[in-house]
Amino acid sequence: MNGVLQSLLDVFREPSVIVGLIALLGLLLQRKSASDTIKGTIKAFVGFLVLAAGAGVVSGALTPFGDMFQHAFGVQGVVPNNEAIVGKVLTDYGSQAALIFFFGMVVNVLLARLTTFKFIYMSGHVALYLAAMIAVILIANGFSSWQAILWGSLAQGLITTLSPALVQPWMRRVTKNDTVALGHTGNFGIATSGLVGKYLGDPSRSTEDLKIPKGLGFLRDTTVVIASSMGLIYLLVTLVAGPGYVERELSDGQWYLLWAVMQAGKFAAGVFIILAGVRVVLAEIIPAFKGISEKLVPNARPALDVPIVFTFAPNAVLVGFLASFVGGLIGMGVLVAVGGTIIIPGIVAHFMTGAASGVIGNATGGRRGAILGAMTNGLLITFLPLLVLPFLGDVGLQNSTFSDADFGVSGLLIGGAVNAGHIAVIGLVVCGLIATFAASAIVTRRRAAEPTEPAEEPQPAS
Amino acid sequence: MKFLAMCSTGLGSSFMVRMNIETIVRELGLDDVTVEHSDISSAGPDSADVFFVAKDLEDAAQGLGDVVVLNSIIDMDELRDAVKSAAARHGSV
Repeated sequence: MNGVLQSLLDVFREPSVIVGLIALLGLLLQRKSASDTIKGTIKAFVGFLVLAAGAGVVSGALTPFGDMFQHAFGVQGVVPNNEAIVGKVLTDYGSQAALIFFFGMVVNVLLARLTTFKFIYMSGHVALYLAAMIAVILIANGFSSWQAILWGSLAQGLITTLSPALVQPWMRRVTKNDTVALGHTGNFGIATSGLVGKYLGDPSRSTEDLKIPKGLGFLRDTTVVIASSMGLIYLLVTLVAGPGYVERELSDGQWYLLWAVMQAGKFAAGVFIILAGVRVVLAEIIPAFKGISEKLVPNARPALDVPIVFTFAPNAVLVGFLASFVGGLIGMGVLVAVGGTIIIPGIVAHFMTGAASGVIGNATGGRRGAILGAMTNGLLITFLPLLVLPFLGDVGLQNSTFSDADFGVSGLLIGGAVNAGHIAVIGLVVCGLIATFAASAIVTRRRAAEPTEPAEEPQPAS
Repeated sequence: MKFLAMCSTGLGSSFMVRMNIETIVRELGLDDVTVEHSDISSAGPDSADVFFVAKDLEDAAQGLGDVVVLNSIIDMDELRDAVKSAAARHGSV
């Protein structure tokens, strides 16, 4: 009997199997054919193993980077990149993260069904990363697996339901309707940008009246951007660390500058593999989530990934990215002056969340709104990750971390509560649930008091 | 015939466009069309017959062949027209 139980526990300790089972459940609920069901289950299972393999490649490039940075500057250097850190986390806490991700979707659908916050978080990749972060914070600070899954799933469901609500007032201005929402872990920074634009900007002078040269299309090729930006960072740090140290301790005698370029290439290769793994896993899970949520919450707004706003204001995309990146550089400068761990601007995060901040900031406050709003986002995603690092246990020592503002805010809330005791986390989650239902009741009552607007909206896209 | 939706990471928005294309393909009864999604880095001219990108990725998708540029990736009507004419171009109505 013990043997059977032990085998079963082994199964649940293997995250790839959990992910395969979640996919299987989704495929069965969609009533897919037997062959599609078997194929999808196997692909999700293997996809997770692909992701784990990529994590190894990224670690191989990040570990010497950390040593070298420490040698060169005497402090820890951290490059925030979601894919880079989530690979490592999912290798260590994958089963719990996968289950938080899964039950988080259930909680999201239930909250959207029962409250006025009718947002369905369709961006599975960032939801998976969020679940991974929650799993680390809870388990590294002493929660048992099942407790982490219970409270983590509720927290995950709350965050994924409420985060789109933060940006929705600004989204209405961008898209000119109320049928889609923004679903990304950068939402807190993006919403802040809207607020900054509203109070400090001037909506009459839009970024879109500017003449900005094109030709930055290469910025959209993730592999090229990561390899080149990491190449620059590796080269700079290698030059400071010096050929003697690098060739003796790290490169096994290889010419130090070539070694630096190779490490950057390996980092980009690892992220490429992780992205491929995440893509395969989600391809088998998200369609079921979409189908089920559409049935259960027919009037929901799908919360979609940030590129949906990019086409509304192409100039603001570029302005926002640059302003956010400048914010990241300013933040790094402050950290260098203060001493201690240094957050190096992660270019992907500054692009994705900075560009969206630019579009939203432009909608509320024109050029000035786009610049100041996105710069605020850049500062947020420099300082928030730093504050969350201590809650991440061993993961905090990996020289990479979760990059976007929502990770920072929810990480600080959950991490702070964990430090105060397990009961504080439970209290936080329960209060969050009560507040959500209370806010929903108030909004519903207020809406009932107002005359209803004529509903003339285009067909939702998702 | 294969349609490929693309975005910069191949995780979020391309996946959404892919699911929307699949819905439209079912509506129109285009049985011989398969739809996938990927990042721009991984795609080459042989990856698919028709490529779908948002307008902001127009430059990055040059040289792939039959590239459909979407003005808004959340406009279902625009996408429906694009899918219809792409299917017609490749001999499936």
